[in-house]
Order: sequence, then structure tokens, then C-alpha cells
Amino acid sequence: MTDAMNVDSLYQEIILDHYKRPHGAGLREPFEAEVHHVNPTCGDEITLRVHLDGNTVSDVSYAAQGCSISQASTSVLNDLIVGKNVEEGMAILDEFNTLMHGKGKIEPDEDVLEDGIAFAGVAQFPGRIKCALLGWMAWKDAVSQALVTTSSDTASTGDPK
Amino acid sequence: MTVVEGTQTYDVARIREDFPILGRRLAGDFPLVYLDSANTSQKPVQVIDAIDDHYRQHNANVARAMHQLGAEASAAFELGRDKVAAFIGAPSRDEVVFAKNASEALNLVARVLGDSGRIGQDHEIVITEMEHHSNIVPWQQLSQRTGASLRWFGVTDEGRLDLEGIDQLITEQTAVVSVAWVSNMLGTINPLETIIAKAHSVGALVVVDASQAVPQLPVDVAALGADFVAFTGHKMVGPTGIGVLWGRYDLLAELPPFLGGGEMIETVTMAQSTYAPPPARFEAGTPPIAQSVGLGAAVDYLSAIGMDNIAAHEQAITAYALGALQEIDGLTIVGPKEAVDRGGAISFTLGDIHPHDVSQLLDSRGVAVRAGHHCAKPAHQRFGVQSTTRASFYLYTTTQEIDALVEALHHTKKYFS
Repeated sequence: MTDAMNVDSLYQEIILDHYKRPHGAGLREPFEAEVHHVNPTCGDEITLRVHLDGNTVSDVSYAAQGCSISQASTSVLNDLIVGKNVEEGMAILDEFNTLMHGKGKIEPDEDVLEDGIAFAGVAQFPGRIKCALLGWMAWKDAVSQALVTTSSDTASTGDPK
Repeated sequence: MTVVEGTQTYDVARIREDFPILGRRLAGDFPLVYLDSANTSQKPVQVIDAIDDHYRQHNANVARAMHQLGAEASAAFELGRDKVAAFIGAPSRDEVVFAKNASEALNLVARVLGDSGRIGQDHEIVITEMEHHSNIVPWQQLSQRTGASLRWFGVTDEGRLDLEGIDQLITEQTAVVSVAWVSNMLGTINPLETIIAKAHSVGALVVVDASQAVPQLPVDVAALGADFVAFTGHKMVGPTGIGVLWGRYDLLAELPPFLGGGEMIETVTMAQSTYAPPPARFEAGTPPIAQSVGLGAAVDYLSAIGMDNIAAHEQAITAYALGALQEIDGLTIVGPKEAVDRGGAISFTLGDIHPHDVSQLLDSRGVAVRAGHHCAKPAHQRFGVQSTTRASFYLYTTTQEIDALVEALHHTKKYFS
């Protein structure tokens, strides 16, 4: 119990590094969808944009106000998702989501989650799981909207790529 | 640590012995330092035992059960009402309506004032920027239902209500003024006397959210002169699941019911129903019976110590904490910085360390505080902060616990530097 609740298992060096120097922060153009998500318990907020190039996530840009865990996890998301196609991105999201809800009993796959494995400790702090997922849920929402936008654009122009 | 107040000795160590949970040790073998009493207070063994005894010996439904246990449970439930009425100086026990919490009590008032036809589109409702969401949202909803406009008292940089524009704010159009007695975020104690006098001079009703006041200040609703006062049991060493709406009897008697159901009727036919007099009119369904017993034990407990003594202790511990916290580099208190007209909740920021991270680090040292917007987002916006960390104190808080908080804050700063 004492070990499991050790706050150092939550605040891994990797997390603090991402928090202090977030990757891909800031809002950029172009983008097909922009979402605004809020964590109602603490008021943390994120505005997140997705730019798709065909089926490839070519940019995830964001402006967020939040704690170290939510900021760092969005930074890691940017590392992991940009350059992947939508299906690969969703699979990584599933992997991260499973890790977060695994109550600390899941061994994370470093090949898939890279720096994201540092969040394994968050799963032992139920109050912080929402923080870690804020950016990821925003991304899921944004990419779903972007897919609708791009497919309806295609339909309306009648000019499939 | 003892605080000498008049001829009475306030013995915190003795009081702490009544609260079993305060003896807990947490992860890392740190003793619990509970500084979250504005969120919910801990419970003394006297309250725990009263609830335990009720369920073991007297449990039955009230009013309708004609057997011996039914009579005992009914008497115990109504005794809780008597005790609460005496505790707040209510002229009549029938002015004490039980709800499930303060939020429900405030919703009850807003709903039935609207249903009574007292509030229409030409009217105005006045609240303040420092309210808890439970004293904002019901009035926004009432305003949407009736077309009445919602107007707001601002807050000064110091964290006090801005009374400068009171004559323009509270006018002949004002139907209701609803205001917190003590802010749950800023800690400010508001000048109710001024506001009530002004509101009554224009014929407006006054609702007071006393959730943070009744636990820590001596309260006499008759002397206060408001029309409705709402508060909750669990912040005053009582159980969760019971809140109180005190209302002037003549007003309660002319207002329509809130929820429909059992116990709130006089008679029901298939064509229509007529309603019981207050307080039963506003208490549909099986009421919080064991909770009334527990709340009765809670007010007995607080009365035995004396609300004057508890208020003096709160004031002393708050002054000590304000001094100690302000010596920490980078710590900014949001709210009044002196223990004058101020309750025992202190919200602050610590450099640019997010309050969630602050509270997590404090928790790792056994120090329990609240982090976030404390259900007071407009007040946070007023001060340009998204969230804060809040330490709040009560009758069992010691100066050693404040010292532990300060030490843990230094540790937090180092951790994130």
C-alpha cells in the first residue's frame, strides 16, 4: 500500500519533463476539427485541433490549462499520434485507456506507448485518471469530427481523392 | 494546544479524542492532517453512536407506523427538528424543513417562489459573484422559467462584497436577494445586516446560504431577520443526507409544495390533493430519519462546547494559518488576508504549480485539502485563476496541523522546482 501510493510512482521524471517542456503545444492551422473539453471536477480545460491528411493524423495542436498529469499526457499524445493513421491512433488510445483503468495491474507495452508507460503509476490514483485522459478524450472527439467533416467535404464536392 | 477564551479553556486535544478518524495514520505512516472541513466535517463518537443506537434499537418509518417502534422513531425524528430549531433560534419548530442537503434546500426555495407566482419577468433576482454553484444555478433556472433577470453583487480585490452599487442593484424590481453568509472559497463573512435591511426596504425576500456559517458561528435566525436560511448537516459534525431550510412560518404557509408524494398531503382524491401545513408540506416521502437523530446529536455536541468558543477557536486558528501561509514565498491567498470578518477556509495558489499537483503532494504527507474550483467558478474567474488549493479548519484543528501544512507546502515547492 505504502509503495503503491508513493507519490514518486505518479510523478515520474518523464512526466515532469513533458510537463515542463510540452511537445507540440500551441494551436496551429490548418485543422479540420477543433474541440474544447473540460474536466468538471477541477475545471481543467483543453482546446485541441486535429489536422488530417487523408487518413494520416498530420498534426495535433492544443492549448491547455491544467495540472502536470493532464499537460504531460497531452504532450505524450502528440509524440505518439502525429504521423500515424487514424486506426493506429485509435489503437494507441485504447492501449492507453486500458492502462489507465487497469488499477496498476497492467504491464504497459513500451513499443506501443513509449513515454506513455510512465503513466502506469497514475492508474493507482483514481482521482487523477481523468487528468491523464483529458487530452486523449479530446483527441478522440476531434478526430471523429474531422472524419465527418472530411467525408462530407468529399461528398459535397463529389471529388474523391 | 489550548486557547483560553474568557474563563473557559478550549481544549483541542480533548475534543480530538471524540473524533476517532483523527487518530488515523495514512500511507507512509503519516498521521492524518484533515484540513478539508469546509468540504465535509469529521464526526464525533457521540454522533456515530446516536445513529448506531437508532438503527439497533428504534428503527421504523415515521408518522405512519402505529407500532411501538414507529412511535419511538417518530419521536426521535421530531426531536432532531426540535434540537435544530433551538440551535438556530427558530421561533417555531415548524419553520425547520428537512431536505437532503443545502443544495436541495436552496432549490426548494427557488422552485416554490417561482411556482407561487411571486416572481415574474419584470422582477430581478440578486445574487453574488462569490456564491457556491448551489446558490447560483437554482436562480439561473428560476430566471429561465420566469423571465426574471439575474443580477450580481461584484467582489472587491480584497475578496469582500462590493456594496458600493447596492442602491442601484437592489431596487423596487428586486424580488429576491440570495447571498452566502460565509464564502466557501474566499472565507469572507458577508455583511448580512446591511443587505437584509436594504432588501426589506424595497420589499424583497432574503435567502441566506448558511452552509459555511452554521458550523462555525453562533446563529440566531430570528435576530438575523432573513426570510430563508439554508444549511447542511454534514459540515457541522452531523451525517450526510440531511439539510435544513429554515423559513419564516407565514411565508412557508403561503408557498406551494416542492415535491409531491407521501407525508406532504392533507388529503388525496383522484381529482385533486390538498397539502399538509409546513414543514410536512415540503417533506415528501420517507424523510432522513436516522440523519435527523444524528444531526440532533451533532447540535447537542456543538452546544456543549459552545458556539462562541468554536467561533473563537476558528478565528484563532485562521489567524495563525493566514500568518504562516503568507510567509511562504510564491504563495498567494485569494480572499481576505486578515482574520477579520473571515471564516476558516483559505484558498491559495502556489507559484504556477497546479492545485491538483499541490494537493497530491500534500496528500502524500497525510495532509488532506481540496483542490479545484470549489464549486465557485465565477469567484475564481473574478480573481483570474482557474483553480486554487483550499485548506479549511474546524473545532478540532490544531496549530501543529497548520505547521504540517506549511512544511508540506515547502516540500511541494521543492518537488516541482
